Formats: sequence, C-alpha cells, structure tokens
Amino acid sequence: MDAGLVAAQLLNGLQLGVLLFLLASGLTLIFGIMDFVNLAHGSLYMVGAYLCAELTDATGSFLLAVALALPATALVGAAVELLVVRRLYRRDHLDHVLATFGLILCFDALVQMIWGPEGMAIRLPAWADGQQHLPGGLVFPTYRLLIIGAGLAVAAGLYVLVVRTKLGMRIRAGASNPAMAGALGIDIGRLFTLVFALGAVMAGLAGMMIAPITEASIGMGNEIIITAFVVVIVGGIGSIRGAFVAALLIGLIDTMGRSFLDMALKLAMSAQAAETSAPALSAMLIYILMAAVLAFRPQGLFPPKTR
Amino acid sequence: MKKTVLALAAAAALLASPSVGADKVRIGFVTTLTTPAGVIGRDMQDAVNLAIQDIGGKMGGLEVELIVEDDGFKPEVGKQKTDKLVKQDDVHFVAGFIWSHVLLASRKSALDGGKFLISSNAGPSQIAGKLCHENFFSTSWQNDQTPMAMGEVLNQRGVKSLYVMAPNYAAGKNMVAGVERTFKGEILGKDMTKWGKDAQLDFSAELAKAKASGAEAIFVFYPGKAGGAFIRQYQQAGLQDDIALYTVFTVDAIALPNLQKAGMTGVLGSLNTQFWGPDLDTPQNSKFVSGFKKAYGRYPSFYAAQSYDTIFLIKSAVEAVGGNLDDMDGMRAAMKKADFPSVRGAFRYGNNHFPVQNFYLRKVVEDADGVWTTTVIDTVLKDHQDVYAAECKM
Repeated sequence: MDAGLVAAQLLNGLQLGVLLFLLASGLTLIFGIMDFVNLAHGSLYMVGAYLCAELTDATGSFLLAVALALPATALVGAAVELLVVRRLYRRDHLDHVLATFGLILCFDALVQMIWGPEGMAIRLPAWADGQQHLPGGLVFPTYRLLIIGAGLAVAAGLYVLVVRTKLGMRIRAGASNPAMAGALGIDIGRLFTLVFALGAVMAGLAGMMIAPITEASIGMGNEIIITAFVVVIVGGIGSIRGAFVAALLIGLIDTMGRSFLDMALKLAMSAQAAETSAPALSAMLIYILMAAVLAFRPQGLFPPKTR
Repeated sequence: MKKTVLALAAAAALLASPSVGADKVRIGFVTTLTTPAGVIGRDMQDAVNLAIQDIGGKMGGLEVELIVEDDGFKPEVGKQKTDKLVKQDDVHFVAGFIWSHVLLASRKSALDGGKFLISSNAGPSQIAGKLCHENFFSTSWQNDQTPMAMGEVLNQRGVKSLYVMAPNYAAGKNMVAGVERTFKGEILGKDMTKWGKDAQLDFSAELAKAKASGAEAIFVFYPGKAGGAFIRQYQQAGLQDDIALYTVFTVDAIALPNLQKAGMTGVLGSLNTQFWGPDLDTPQNSKFVSGFKKAYGRYPSFYAAQSYDTIFLIKSAVEAVGGNLDDMDGMRAAMKKADFPSVRGAFRYGNNHFPVQNFYLRKVVEDADGVWTTTVIDTVLKDHQDVYAAECKM
C-alpha cells in the first residue's frame, strides 16, 4: 500500500467529512433545539445547488452565484419554517417524519417542473478547475482542496457564532431548555426561524459545493441526508462539536472502506468474493459504527452538556 | 348511507376504467421518469411519441394507445407497474425497461400474463441465456456485447493494463464480464460502486486508486447521470494525462450536453463502443435523428434510438397479422424476422431473440453547429451474437 494513496484518501475522506458536517450541523441544531426531525433538510441542499447553478448561468461567476444563492436559500429555509414546520413542533416525531417526507416530494416535483429532469452542470472558474501538486508528489484536485478549506472555515465561524456571540448564547439556551429560555424573555419563535434558516444556509452551501463535482440533480439530498442523520446520532443530538468530529470520522471511514476494504478482504477470501462483498460491506461500515455507538454510548460521542 | 355511497362510487370507478376491446393496440412502456435517471426516461418517452407520430398513430389499421409507467429506478416498483399494465390495462405489449435489475424483476409478470415483453434497453445475461422466452424480444443488445467490443478495441490499440469501474448491479457485472472476456492485457484493479436510487456519485476514492494502480487505461460503465459526474471528476483530478478513458454507455447524448456546459473538454476524442450512433448512415436513422432534433432540439441518445425501434418492431408484428391481436403466434413469427426499418440498418434475431448485429467504435467530437456528439469511426464486431445464446433452449 503506498503512502501517497493513503494520503490522497485521507484528503478525500476529509473532504467528504466537511461536506457532511455542513449538512449535519444544521440538522443537529434543528433536532437539538426544536426537537424537530427534518427529513427535508436534504431538499434544502438540493435547492442550494439548483439556485447556485441557475445564478452561475445568469451571472457567469461561480463565486458571485454562491454569494447570492446563500441568502436565497436562507429565505427558502425561513419560508419553510414559517409556512410548514412551525405548525408541527407540538406534534410527535412520526408526524414530523410524515410531513417532511411530503416536503421532499414537493421539492423534488417543484425542481422537476422548473428545471426539468436533466440536472444542471456548473462550470468552475479556471483557477479552481486544475490540480495542486502537494508535498510528497501528491496531486489533488484544486476544487476539492477548496471545499476542505471552505468547510473548515465555516466550522470555525459556526464555533465562534455559537460560543462567542449573544445570538449563540440564545441558541445554546434554547438548546438546553427552551421553556426556561422563553420564560427569560428570548423570543423562541424568532429564534427557531433563525436557526432553521441558518441550517438551510449550511445545507445549501454543501449543495453548492458538491454541484460542480456531481452536478445538481433531483433527489440529490435524499441519500446524503441519511448519512447526515448517522453523523448527528454518532456525534450526539444537538451537539455541534459532536457533529464535527462524527462527520470527519464518518467521512474517513466511508472513504477508507471504499479504498482499502477489498484489498483487506482479499487476504481472507477469494478475489471474486472480495470484489462483490467489499462494496456491500463498505456501505455498511458507517451503520455498524452507529449501531456500536447506540449500544455503548446511546447519548452519542459528545452530547450537549445540559439537557 | 355513507357506505352505500362509497360502494357506488367504487363501482362507478370500476365501470369507468377503459373499456377493454381489440379496437386499439395497447402498449405499456415502463421506464424511469423520476429520480435523476428520469432524464433517460424522458428521452425514451420522447422517441416513442415521435415514432407513434411518424406512423400516424396507427398500426395495421388500429389506433395505438400508449401507457407510460414510472419504475422509480426500483425493481419492486417496476414489477408492480408491469402487473398493473398486464392485469388492469390488459396491454398487448409490455416494452421499455432501462435497468437490468428492473427487467429481471418484472419479466415474470409480463410473460406469465401471456404478453409480449420487449426490452428497449436492458439486456441481462439471464434473459439471453437460461431464462430466454419465446415472447421476449430485445431492440437493444445483450449487456456483455458492447464491452466485449471495447475489449477488442483495447487489444487493437495495444493497451496492456486496465482499471475497471462499474456500478454494483446486474448490468454492471455483465459489463465487467464482457470486457474481461475479450481484453487480453492485465486488469490491475476493479471497483464496483453502490447503485440504485441512492447511487454513489462521488468517485474521489476510486479515482485515487485507479491512478495509484498505474494502469494505462480505465474502462468505465456509468449510465445516465453518473456518467457525467464520473467524467467531470476524472477531468478535475487531471487523470486524462495519466490514464486513458474508454467507456460504454457513459458518454452519450444524455451526458454530453451537461459536460459541454461545464467545459469538460477532456471528454472530446474519448472512445466508446455502441451498436448505433446518431450519424450511422441508414435511411431510417437519418429520418429518426433529424426528426428527433427537430421535435426536441437535441441529439437522441441510444436509449431513444432503441425505443424508436421498439414501436416499429411492434408495428411489423401487428401488420403481419392484419391487426388480429389474438394471433400471438403470427405476431411472434413476424417479430422473429426483424422485418422492420431499424435505425441500425438490417439485422437478424438470434435464437434468444436478441439482435445479431454490428458494434461500432465511436469518438466524441464537436459537430458543425458546435454541439458535442459522437461519430462512428470503425466497425469493431460484425454480426455479433452474444455468448449466452448457447444456453438458451429455443
């Protein structure tokens, strides 16, 4: 096994990890603070990607498109909260799941009506499209490095927002004990809308960042949202720090499984059996991790301190 | 009272369902209209509609009724929809089917129901071999054939080592088996990735492995959306300088428009094999391609070409029996002759009712209008029959 490949796969795992973090941080906030299960979080990821693709076409600049699409996604998120989600907080989790599953179908149909079934490609600016030569002879796509950088920057920004600002204090208060926070004069309704919009922006950003790689397509969020839920559960519901660690962990496990599991299995079984079982097993790895966490530490790796 | 009303309403609904008579040729068409793969289904549906329009909506004096169903990219849904077409709509022909696993799940419903089953795309080895059936016909190919042609191309071009990537499902396995059967060099690595409604679209880990393997070339099968995503990442990783790209069913009229839009020039000049190409010089093909471009403003994909052929195959059967749709034997005998104008030119059916046909080498080029498309540059296999035909007792 050569060291260059391992290093490349570590970077690939890190890139998947930061993407998962962007999705999972919003999910865990919404889940932790509002006790709301939002299956439609993946739809906001898709909406972000489509808005960005449309705006890239219109403005000719990917960066400008991202800058415009972020507030637009926030508006969509806020609208969803005000029109639909707000009515569901007092209902139980099954109702949340049903309603947000309905939202997924609505968003998918809406995107198909507006943009058609063929998906939207985003053309990267030339400076982001090449490869970088890293120390050790490693060649890595520039754009994937940018995703890692942007993702880590957003994570740091979110940390500062939650831990160092007044708004963050309110969010933390809402997460610890919403009833008490309300009694102390925090406008819980407004806080919820804000948190939901913030989650939407981060999900949208993840969609915008992946779209130049896989292109924006209908239902693109429906798979990754399941992985994001795994991240939330492994990290501890409501915990941003937990989401960060779990996202990187799961990104690495998934990538390493896809990379090296077939090689490892070939030591123990025939090449043919290893080739067919490796993809199935590597797809299962993250769920095995989740099951282990649920069995031994059901509150997650880094649960929020006060509940 | 409420119950009575409900019962009456149900009875009315039942009575209102389309009257079942032999006055129309009913064709059920199962394809994928939702999920990102819906773009393939749209191409097929557009081609079928164009074909029906081109024959004036009539076959052997009977009107044609088309019922399109969405399989949602899921075998179990495909089977349900096939059951519905057979039992509720009582169609005469069940056609379509993009995906091998969907066709495999649905075949029994159609064939046990005494209907003709026509695959407009999928060609799994099982149906070509042990599970062959007198009422099954294909207007496409058996899965292994196109990659077998590609294996020959690799040999001709002196490629000694290869990396292989395909999705982990019935057709993906056939594609890999096909290229392994004819490629004489060494296969240095292989990845079978997750497929289905939640298919894997990010291939960063696999591409890093392919590069590290040191293979001269990479053979890829990624139909539909995944094809565009793969090519994009192949170019973003700068692999076009390290590992030459050879594809089947990946770089097509579905993927090329978005690749062109994204400026993925690395795909220009890349080679793929296919039984057909938009510039293949046959009278029916010229009519089809120009008609399709005129109606929909884009190049048809091979999925569209096969779907167009499906309607003409059915028409040849209905006309041979003078519109007597109860004459299954007559229609079957007519279809066996493959006596219809096919976009690929003349071909014959093998014992397993898969076409015995040519396979061409195609190259990605820019056409006179600046649109990216493929052009046929060589014939790789002539009158080729799939290897599973020998296992078919028919």
